[in-house]
Amino acid sequence: MLKYFLKRLIAIIPVLVVVSILACGFVHLLPGDPARMMAGQDADAETIEKLRRDLGLDRPLPAQYVTYMAKVFRGDLGMSLKSKLPVFDEIALRYPPTMILAVAGMAWSVVFGVFFGAIAAIYSGKWQDYTAMLVSVSGISIPQFWLGLLLIQFFSVYMGWLPVAGYTGKLSELILPSVTLGATVAAIMARFTLSAFLDVLDEEYISTARAKGVSEQLVMWKHAFRNALIPVVTMIGLQFGFLLGGSVVVEMVFAWPGMGRFMIDAVAVRDYPVLQALLLLYSFHFVFISLMVDMVYALINPEIRYE
Amino acid sequence: MTAIKMTPFGIFYHKFRQRRTAMVAGVFILILVLVAVFAPVIAPYDPFLTDYSLSMMPPSTDHLAGTDLYGRDILSRIIYGARISLAVGITSVLFGALAGVTLGLISGFFGGFLDGLIMRTSDVLFAFPGILLAIAIVAILGPGLVNVVVAVSVFSMPTFARIVRGSTLALKESLYVRSARSIGASKKRIMFVHIMPGTLSSVIIYFTLRIGTSIITAASLSFLGLGAQPPTPEWGAMLAESRDYIGVADHMTLFPGIAIFLTVLFFNLFGDGLRAALDPKLK
Repeated sequence: MLKYFLKRLIAIIPVLVVVSILACGFVHLLPGDPARMMAGQDADAETIEKLRRDLGLDRPLPAQYVTYMAKVFRGDLGMSLKSKLPVFDEIALRYPPTMILAVAGMAWSVVFGVFFGAIAAIYSGKWQDYTAMLVSVSGISIPQFWLGLLLIQFFSVYMGWLPVAGYTGKLSELILPSVTLGATVAAIMARFTLSAFLDVLDEEYISTARAKGVSEQLVMWKHAFRNALIPVVTMIGLQFGFLLGGSVVVEMVFAWPGMGRFMIDAVAVRDYPVLQALLLLYSFHFVFISLMVDMVYALINPEIRYE
Repeated sequence: MTAIKMTPFGIFYHKFRQRRTAMVAGVFILILVLVAVFAPVIAPYDPFLTDYSLSMMPPSTDHLAGTDLYGRDILSRIIYGARISLAVGITSVLFGALAGVTLGLISGFFGGFLDGLIMRTSDVLFAFPGILLAIAIVAILGPGLVNVVVAVSVFSMPTFARIVRGSTLALKESLYVRSARSIGASKKRIMFVHIMPGTLSSVIIYFTLRIGTSIITAASLSFLGLGAQPPTPEWGAMLAESRDYIGVADHMTLFPGIAIFLTVLFFNLFGDGLRAALDPKLK
């Protein structure tokens, strides 16, 4: 077991290195001179030169990478070109709102997704199945930003029940954004639970349980449902990365003060130190999430370990 | 019952027809393609024609979907928008598939160093959710529709590569491929003539399912201001323009959203039908 974990841990190192090289070298992929791009159109030659020296863009690439990463490990992510504040502080401010949004979206999408998926499996071929799957395919097909706008239109503007946008820490402000963010994942979870459930129902121990006279309800909820949850658990981890990505769009719709909106603003004003830091942070999150998923999966499914 | 000998396509068509929703979806997609192609004939107005006296008019017999802030006919803009969404959705998946299939074939067939390189690269690409990767690419290349196509192609690629690599590994050891090798067929011939067709059914399924995702991603990027720029009649960009007028001109939010939703929905239903008909693992 430990050997498998170590192997997986070592395997992510090259991925992390490549990702960090990409995030760090990102400014050199820009068409033209990065210092000129960052300084803006009407900057004079002196400003550009100063910026180039300050950011170390005049030094060889490997040296730039080493310096950048050494700084990253000390918590120094550079200065935002727009606000002139440390990027680290700017991100620290926006990290909690994004995580709260993603966790809330995940929580309700798991509950609803698993519930509807299980219903569809238990009533396979009946109207409950078709309804649940129609809702699910609609959830996958609906653009999040449109769903968000519709929810604002109905619940905030017409009914006046919930705030339109923004986040100051109130629970009522979290409802619409998290529902919007979780909708697609809920739909994916429902489909996935359905297929996991149907796979389990084909297993021999289900027939055995039925043959020995266990009630259908007990077969479904105790024997089948619990085993169907195993693949669903790993799916939760994978979908969390998807939620973090999706939060970019949702944060823009609801003026949510998180990392996603920060990223779009940074793209708009070409604030490259901010973009570099966010890309690094996001990708490290995703790599670690997939590592966690693999490990949880190995814990609950012994076959994987001995491959 | 008399046994009827069916061609593979016949079997596919028979299975596919049983999925009525998928058939309906197919017909809708066909209509949508026709609408996009004949947009100039069908659209009642010029999608760029502004008329400030008609700003944000609700739906009427003159303007079935109402008008936008600049008095442009929303229905006409949606009809022209179909051209953009379909073109962006299909071309980006096509480029992603072409590159992904080739890489997957090479990876599975040759193995070793090349395989490791290609698969680790796709691991890195997988580490980013599609929309973030697309935003990063647009941040480098700058906003615009062409760059959106590039971005969406790049993030479609690794999945195609993985799917094809998996089937290639299985097919490489199959009897007919070994026979082909034993009679001296060249590597190129084995890869493209013997192995590739065997991987195509899973590629086609994923291709169709991917178009919906790509259309949503492209529309999202335009909504964020990174894709199509005004005054282009793109669905996501139209929704971005509508955002400030919720409660004032709701039709501006409603109709472009319905267009995206239905288009993606029908591509997904069509893809599900294809999967049911082509995937041997599903009954």
